[in-house]
Amino acid sequence: MEKFHRLTAIACPLPLEGIDTDQLAPARFLKRRRSEGYGPVLLHDLRATPGFPLTAPAYAGARILIARRNFGGGSSREAAVYALMDFGIRCVVAPSFGDIFASNAVGNGLLPAIATAPDVETLLAKLLATPGELTIDLPACRIEAGPQTWPFTIDPVWREKLLQGFDDIDLTRSRQPEIDAFVRTYESRYPWA
Amino acid sequence: MLSSFEKIWLRHEILRRPDGQSLLFIDRHFLHEGSFNAFAQLAERGAAVAHPNRCTAVADHYAPTRATLPEPAIADMLDRLTQNTTRHAIPLAGWQHPDQGIVHVIGPERGLTLPGLTIVCGDSHTSTHGALGAIGFGIGASEVAHVLTTQTLWQKPPRLMRITVAGRLGPGITAKDLALCIITQLGADGARGHALEYAGPAVRALSMEGRLTLCNLSIECGARCGLVAPDETTFAYLRGRPHAPPDFDRACADWATLPTDPGARFDREETIDAATIAPTITWGTSPEDALPITATIPDPAHIPNPARAAHASEALAYMGLTPGQPLTSVRIDRVFIGSCTNSRIEDLRLAAAVLAGRTARVPGLVSPGSARVKQQAEQEGLARIFTDAGLAWGLPGCSMCVGMNGDQVAPGQRCASTTNRNFRGRQGPGARTHLMSPAMAAAAAITGHLTDVRPLLTGRT
Repeated sequence: MEKFHRLTAIACPLPLEGIDTDQLAPARFLKRRRSEGYGPVLLHDLRATPGFPLTAPAYAGARILIARRNFGGGSSREAAVYALMDFGIRCVVAPSFGDIFASNAVGNGLLPAIATAPDVETLLAKLLATPGELTIDLPACRIEAGPQTWPFTIDPVWREKLLQGFDDIDLTRSRQPEIDAFVRTYESRYPWA
Repeated sequence: MLSSFEKIWLRHEILRRPDGQSLLFIDRHFLHEGSFNAFAQLAERGAAVAHPNRCTAVADHYAPTRATLPEPAIADMLDRLTQNTTRHAIPLAGWQHPDQGIVHVIGPERGLTLPGLTIVCGDSHTSTHGALGAIGFGIGASEVAHVLTTQTLWQKPPRLMRITVAGRLGPGITAKDLALCIITQLGADGARGHALEYAGPAVRALSMEGRLTLCNLSIECGARCGLVAPDETTFAYLRGRPHAPPDFDRACADWATLPTDPGARFDREETIDAATIAPTITWGTSPEDALPITATIPDPAHIPNPARAAHASEALAYMGLTPGQPLTSVRIDRVFIGSCTNSRIEDLRLAAAVLAGRTARVPGLVSPGSARVKQQAEQEGLARIFTDAGLAWGLPGCSMCVGMNGDQVAPGQRCASTTNRNFRGRQGPGARTHLMSPAMAAAAAITGHLTDVRPLLTGRT
């Protein structure tokens, strides 16, 4: 998994609530294999909206998204994260995220940064008025635009995981003796389980 | 003094790291066609499945509800599942197998879902299984690969929320109406980071089917899992199921220790009065956009929060609705009765009670939740009631809830649907979805518009 430390990039404002995983990766595209790439799938149907920022020239090359509450709610499809990553997005800033989406995001090296709703509104207004770059500083949990800064939060364990880029399966396998001992006791105690 | 959730969690905690992450043992892992991404990750690593006997695979998301395959790409999805499960010796109930059905219907139905277990699946509605007093939650493809490889998962203990439902639901009011009210009260992201426990007399009075519907919708208020502590209803439901424990009484004695202790601590407590709940229906593009059927479409101009008002305006434009319009005046183009939320025998009985001897004014599809439900509904004469009313009777599967198996709502069409998500395009690009109970969907079928089912049920239940 690619590590995340500090990112300076164009930020694309999406002033919408509840951008669910069905929007991020519509169902009819889920037959794709990962190797085929999910970039063209991202927000496929919303892109048809006139003036949709994601495809506007002013935000071309965006690697950061700013959106309203409940980003990534709904289905557990990891394809929603693949679509963002393959499009080039490495960080989404929103007041709240779907739990499963956020977990999938961190597992793939995509940062779900939680900012307050007022700060998100400020960022949306700023970027809609004047397209430009933001810096996301993960060690400091800070969003920067020149001298202006806004804080964001993320679960400390997830922060560490993104900073280190570690692989869960390798980590778990290092605990195999404890797992084996647990299973022996568990299966004798709850034989029906 | 522990909650039911904590008791189950602690049974499965292999270890806890200093940073608070627990490594949990997973009892049951359900797989479906969408799990191919995880199998691809295993192939890349050259990894084996740690406990194939703890896995159960079923074709549901792409399973056609007609006896013919609509397109080669769907056949390919069914084939991929067969190949992956064969390679890893995982039991599979494929398309048209006698045990096939929607994963969240067959788990409880086969007795694979039991109290006290940890259950995961690459599907957000895995919260359903909590109805039997288990911890069930949806996971992404990378987590599916982790569970396949290790039969464990790293998790941080969630915060705990208890939702106590006082009183009793009125006639014609179902667990679906209750769940939509809870989602509206909490918000679509209101329970994020929490595990829910549903409690109180109205929850205790629910059948197992009702509890499955209630827990199924936990994810729609943002909770990854929701449970109802096991009781006599749970034990009676499970006794005699194919995978129920051979020493059933010993298991029951253990399960009886699982309910929440008096004085257990919850991070948040919510209460709701069942007697205040009317048949509930969604008007917008999020499950939190729900109202009693007696209400009118909200006016975004009266919503003070600008972001909320913008959402309502966009939702109404997408849905083709006008502020102030009575919900009962909204005409529909079709109905769908099915999905992991509302396709069990009791759901079908309720819809049939409304439809018996009546004719649907709009086309519709009824898709039973499993091959067993289909068989039972045919034996009870329910299927005949649906077809006599003019509705199509299909094979089991996720069908028109996910719009990826050949069943879709056409662009611009309005569907009265017993499913779980009214997201934009969920039932097909441009489709307009109104979520409701099976009784309400049946009522809408008869009148051709959104309808209060209660008068239509008089003398029938």
